[in-house]
Formats: sequence, C-alpha cells, structure tokens
Amino acid sequence: MAGGGWSNEPYPPVDDAHRYYGGTNPVPSAPPPAAERSSLVRPYAVTGGRTAPRLQLAMEALVSSATSIHQDLSILTPERQAISQLCRQVRSVAEISALLRMPLGVVRVVVGDMAAEGLVHVHQPQLDAGKPDLNLLERVLSGLRRL
Amino acid sequence: MGKTTFVGAVSEIVPLTTEAVMTDASAGIDDVGLTPHKTTTTVAMDFGRVSLDQDLILYLFGTPGQHRFWFMWDDLVRGAIGAVVLVDTRRLADSFPAVDYFEEAQLPFVVGLNGFGGHHPHSENEVREALSLSSHVPVVRTDARDRDSVKGTLITLVEHALTMRVAVPDGNRA
Repeated sequence: MAGGGWSNEPYPPVDDAHRYYGGTNPVPSAPPPAAERSSLVRPYAVTGGRTAPRLQLAMEALVSSATSIHQDLSILTPERQAISQLCRQVRSVAEISALLRMPLGVVRVVVGDMAAEGLVHVHQPQLDAGKPDLNLLERVLSGLRRL
Repeated sequence: MGKTTFVGAVSEIVPLTTEAVMTDASAGIDDVGLTPHKTTTTVAMDFGRVSLDQDLILYLFGTPGQHRFWFMWDDLVRGAIGAVVLVDTRRLADSFPAVDYFEEAQLPFVVGLNGFGGHHPHSENEVREALSLSSHVPVVRTDARDRDSVKGTLITLVEHALTMRVAVPDGNRA
C-alpha cells in the first residue's frame, strides 16, 4: 500500500477468498476479469458517489439472491452480478465485503439498492430494542454447547 | 492480542478480512502522523462464522482495542450479543479503553485472560482489581489457540448476556 493511493492493489489480499469461493460455489476459482478491472476504480464510483445506503444494514445481516440461475444477469453491473452469484448461498454483508473485496460501506449501498429493486432478499437480525431477543440468546447458547 | 487466533479457533471458515473506510470524523482522532505506513484510510477487521443451526449463524468479529477503532465498534455493538475483551496480562493498560467502552455501551462483556501454554502471570482477582471491573463481570482464563477453551469463553459470555437481560429488564435502568 505504498503511496497510500488506489494503485494496482487497493486491498490487501484475502488469503482464503479463492479457496472458499471455489470450494463452495460452482464459480471459477480465479476472480473474473471484470472484478479485476473494477478494483482499479475508486470504491464509491460503483455507487455513483453515494455513501448513504437505503437500508440500515447490519454487518451480520444475511443476504440471499432473489434472481434465478436461469435469469440473464448480464444486464447488471459487474458488482451486482457478483453479489447475485455469491448470494445464491446465504451470506452476510461482511462476507460479501470480504469475498468480493469491496469496502463495507460500498456493499451496504449496493445491497440496499438491490434489495429495493427485488434482486436480493435481506434478513436482518431479530432485535428487541436494539438487542438480540431472549429466545435468540437461548438458541445461541444451546448451539454453542452442541459444538 | 490473539483475536484472529481466537476467532479462528471456532470459526468454520478461515477468518476473512473486511475493510471499513474511515470517516473524516474518525480519521480526525487517528494518530496518523505517529505510525509509519498509516496513510491508508481503510481499516481491516477479521471475522469468522459458526453455523449453530440450520437457520442460525453466529458471526465473530475481531477488532483492535485502540480508541481510533471505536467507530467500528459503534457499528458492531448494535444487535451484538456481547464482547470478549481479550487481555494480555503483561499489558493490562491496553484493555482500559475496551472495558470503558463496553460499560458505557451497556453491552455484556467478559474478560478473557489469554495465556499462552497455560501461563497466566496474574490471577483473575488481580486483573479484576486492576481493571476496576464490577463484580458481575466474568473474568475467565482462555487460550485463543484452543477450540474448547474459546468455546467455553463464548458460552460464559452468552450465559452472562442472558443473566444481564433477566436481571436488568429494558427500561428499568437508571
């Protein structure tokens, strides 16, 4: 990251991304050329400069694709295509950010737009006055004990 | 100290890294001038994932403890079950900001004394006193490299969060 700018490698490599990506999805293990190109663009260029998402998305909010495998995604921007494909399996906002190497703020804007347009479903955590409800805590506890 | 190791010990995926872009406000309090290679405006955060049930996924986020990362914690504490403050007992003072923060945010937390190879130079009580912890805050010994140890620490945290919820119902706090 010498020079502090958006040079050839704006983000440090995510060691696991390729293995994980390739291991769980029928997606080529190398990132598509489009993604390589888009990484040269300043991150908020893909949001048209907007930094405020339409939805308040938690980092752990789960996103699933609402488009079918047979649907033609080529009319979508490369970022939206990548998110649609990745979220055929449910992923959190944080995972989308890490696996597609997009900053969190950018993912929130793009996913918020995609949800508004019906391209993805968003499952926000169940909160009770900003806190996880008791039932959820109990389920987490018994889940941890079973690990 | 050891947070990525801690997350990795129970995560079903090798911990991933996400980038958050620092806002102007948070960059303002960052001591950019003091650290070499600190010209970047993004900060990394590691996280892992544990599937607890068919429709229940637990995410573990590891963030550094220094003040300048608090903007990320503000984002994380909403909806969070709680926090583990991983303490290196040789550097207790490093944990003061985290303890202050979680007390202020009223987020349930436990203090995990990260001992390497079972070596803990300070007792739980010494640490409790040094950090001025309330008596209800659990202090546990943990080993970030050991899955069962990490699992036990997380169970203590969730039990503590449940106790807090039952003991301090919403709207009943001064």
